[in-house]
Amino acid sequence: MSMNLERENAALPESQLTGTRGIHVSKILFGATVISMLVSFYFIFIYAAEEKTMHAAQKIFYFHVSSAWLAFMAFFVTFVFSILFLIKRKRIYDMYAYVSAEIGVVFTIIVLTTGPIWARSAWNTWWVWEPRLITTLILFFIYVAYIMIRQMDGVWDKKARLAAVFGIIGFADVPIVFFAIRWWQTKFHPIVFGNGPSQQGGGMEDSMLVALLLTITAFTILYAYLLYKGVSFEKMRIKVEQYKEKLREKMEQ
Amino acid sequence: MNLLRTACLLAKKDLYSELKTKQVLLTQIIFAALVIVVFSFAFDPANNTTKAVIPGAVWVIIVFAGILGLNRSFISEQRNDTIQGLLVAPMEAASIYLGKFLANFMMILVVELISIPFLFLLFDFKFNGSLLYFIVVIFLGSFGFIAIGTFLAALSANSKSSEMLLPLLLFPITTPILIGVVQATRIILTNMEKFSSALAWIQLVTAYDVIFFVVCFLLIDYVLEV
Repeated sequence: MSMNLERENAALPESQLTGTRGIHVSKILFGATVISMLVSFYFIFIYAAEEKTMHAAQKIFYFHVSSAWLAFMAFFVTFVFSILFLIKRKRIYDMYAYVSAEIGVVFTIIVLTTGPIWARSAWNTWWVWEPRLITTLILFFIYVAYIMIRQMDGVWDKKARLAAVFGIIGFADVPIVFFAIRWWQTKFHPIVFGNGPSQQGGGMEDSMLVALLLTITAFTILYAYLLYKGVSFEKMRIKVEQYKEKLREKMEQ
Repeated sequence: MNLLRTACLLAKKDLYSELKTKQVLLTQIIFAALVIVVFSFAFDPANNTTKAVIPGAVWVIIVFAGILGLNRSFISEQRNDTIQGLLVAPMEAASIYLGKFLANFMMILVVELISIPFLFLLFDFKFNGSLLYFIVVIFLGSFGFIAIGTFLAALSANSKSSEMLLPLLLFPITTPILIGVVQATRIILTNMEKFSSALAWIQLVTAYDVIFFVVCFLLIDYVLEV
């Protein structure tokens, strides 16, 4: 067996891989996700007041904002676990960072697709070169690049190390990107579209706010579930590799 | 001080080998000239509105010519596995980074020195802004771009397809710097009345340069690990 493979597979002690406790956590999270999602659907579509000018199209707002919240939280988690990985060098931190970045990218795509749909009915245009939108787009590109680093070939600890470094740099870059773009746009063009999600926040009706907060909670639970599932997938993948390696060793003998 | 001395030594080595082969520098300059030619197809040089794209063109040239050099700076160490030699040599990873940064920075300055006057000449651009501030902006922008670029080149050199990976990593991260320098260049070249906002942009770029130079310095130990 080559040294690389040995390093690749000697990552987790086997006892850590599965347990009955894990299945319970997964089930509880799944149940909580389903219940909270259904409750938030009720609040979005039935309880919350309908917007005067945009009507039903405004309902996408709840999913849009919640997805954006989830994506930003996921990237923050990646940042935290990247730092933890560089300090502690445990594979489990790397898995959390990776899975979280993947979830973040998926939900950034959701934000970038629901955004234009909503913008079409609210602003009558698909895309505006506005700070929040460009920042989200750049954020998407940064984390796609993060995943590209993960696709490199080599031993896991090298990939994990490089990705962790990039995760830190990328997250540190986001606020600067936002301020640079905001500055750029306000200095050279007046803000025509002032009714972005957060600027509207003050004037939002109470029923809408309740629905929004519930949806955000539901998405947070969904994130916890996806993160848990993703990490257990990664663990299973390593376990399969370990079994394969054992079989290969047996055949060689 | 030892850090700086080894860095200078490494930069000297890189520049010497570049002077011997003239491979990268020549490619960068020819590439810059080709970009100018392509620009002349895309934007009619006889048209007066073309003057508006010159500030952007300056930075397109620097960015793309810079990427060519950055790609080579760590890949060239791989052929005889000399990167391993650098890593086990009695010096810190930070001085490898600093040395590579200095060499890349010198090279991009040479490219700029040749290609930007050429661009102005071919597009018949009347320079009526402040030359001093123009040089300051070019210097600060290239500094930041090369600082983060050298760091990410060291990172992507671990990949087999690093030439493809580097632009994907570099462009999103350098957006603030590109926005800042393009805006500042535009104001300085065409509209000196708005000079105060150009100064604000220069401050933003400087802040970015400082932050990322420090961050790269701290994190390079993790990238260049044996």
